[in-house]
Amino acid sequence: MSATQLIHPLLALLLAPLMLGVINRTKAFFAGRTGPPLLQLYADLFKLLRKGSVYSRTASWVFRAGPVVGLAAAIAALALTPFGGQRAVVNFPCDLIALAYLLGLMRFFTILAALDTGSAFEGMGASREAQFSALAEPALLLGLAAVARLTGCLSLGELSLSEMLARVTPSAWQHAGAALGLVAAALLVVFLAENSRIPVDDPNTHLELTMIHEVMVLDHSGPDFAYILYGAALKMWILGAVLIGVITPVRTGDAALDIGAALGGMFALAVLVGVIESIMARLRLLRVPQMLVGATVLSGLALVLLLR
Amino acid sequence: MSGWIDVVMVALILTNLVVLGSSRLNTCIRVIALQGVALGTLPLMAGPSVLPLRMIALTAGTMGLKGVVFPWLLLRAMRQAEVRREVEPYVGYIWSVVVGLVSLGVSVWLGGRLPLPGAANPTLAVPVALFMIFVGLFVIISRRTALSQILGYIILENGVYAFGMVILGEVPVLVELGVLLDAFVAVFVMGIAIYHISREFDHVDADQLDTLKG
Repeated sequence: MSATQLIHPLLALLLAPLMLGVINRTKAFFAGRTGPPLLQLYADLFKLLRKGSVYSRTASWVFRAGPVVGLAAAIAALALTPFGGQRAVVNFPCDLIALAYLLGLMRFFTILAALDTGSAFEGMGASREAQFSALAEPALLLGLAAVARLTGCLSLGELSLSEMLARVTPSAWQHAGAALGLVAAALLVVFLAENSRIPVDDPNTHLELTMIHEVMVLDHSGPDFAYILYGAALKMWILGAVLIGVITPVRTGDAALDIGAALGGMFALAVLVGVIESIMARLRLLRVPQMLVGATVLSGLALVLLLR
Repeated sequence: MSGWIDVVMVALILTNLVVLGSSRLNTCIRVIALQGVALGTLPLMAGPSVLPLRMIALTAGTMGLKGVVFPWLLLRAMRQAEVRREVEPYVGYIWSVVVGLVSLGVSVWLGGRLPLPGAANPTLAVPVALFMIFVGLFVIISRRTALSQILGYIILENGVYAFGMVILGEVPVLVELGVLLDAFVAVFVMGIAIYHISREFDHVDADQLDTLKG
């Protein structure tokens, strides 16, 4: 393990909440408001950590374990995520499946904790979260399979996320730009869906009937809620890092330059999400599966293009 | 150049999938117009770098007819016949898209088994042409309004055109113009037919035409 490999987890742990700040400022700019400070989420996290937690008498240990397991899974997934063409801290063959299912574990425990409260609204949110993520998963995995095919990492010994993304170079874009563009579009949809951003879910809504992610965490309070918020920020950073690994093919070999470019890409992505949230309305719940199937189709199409 | 042909091919595939997945006739018509324009650029990319005048004329004719005249005719027919704006499919939208993806897989498989004689044919052309023909047929049989059947017919014709353009490159202009003219007349006649169907029966539901027995 080299020093450059350690840079990314540290950057992510430090900067992940900032991404939400950038998104909110972009939205505020479009709406003509001043908006919350860039560091708002940090302040929220510190505030929550100093508070105490309240637990319902009907909730069991699952409810208490949910946030902790979620944050732990997010940090473990972060260790598997490569950034800016550098290798991840932990990388081994087929680690992309481990990454997908660590995020899955995080979601599973959030859902269990939501069901454990016995609240009808949280059960509804859990059901939606399970449905949408089941549809987003094939899009993510097929898209990564297409990238693996393009970069020639199909043999089991080489199929590691770090190796794949390190091989996405400008020449790969020249050679198969159409397919990579499709994968990038699919990953963007997955990014928006998994992080409950606007075309799928509105992070600002406070009407339980329409919420997905927010409704599941209504009963958490204090440090538990801080873990959930921080875990969600890390998850956004991880999926963003995978997407940025595909769409910013800066692989100069100079670690500082590559990581800098990827970091710039991350914040450009945050601005893009802010723009999308400002100019789009939330989709009807019935249309969301359609959009996710569309993303799967894009990934599948990219794979077909590369397999022929 | 072949990189750009791939981009156009992907655009053709995506427009077809949008047609399969969207619920509004208006959207379908506009997307098919877009498809016609993308199709019109094919001869520019597949042909030689210095274009003869007739190629340019053919490109302009294709784009004008498929990108402007057809949608205009169809939108007009829609307005006059007061068609409802939904597509009214027999097969749901998500399943239509899945069928589209499966037929794409089938056409890629078929395209791999049908190598064409001729030097420089991009390998994507045959699958895409087959795929467009499949999608055209599927739209014809799976949608209820008569207008969708015209859309299916146009997609099918676009598929045949894409195939000819990329594989042969040098289609005699007279043949190509003949095909374009046929398509034009067909769409024109079908537009009029829709108007009459809707005036006679107050709807353009092709499903109920089988009750017309002599």
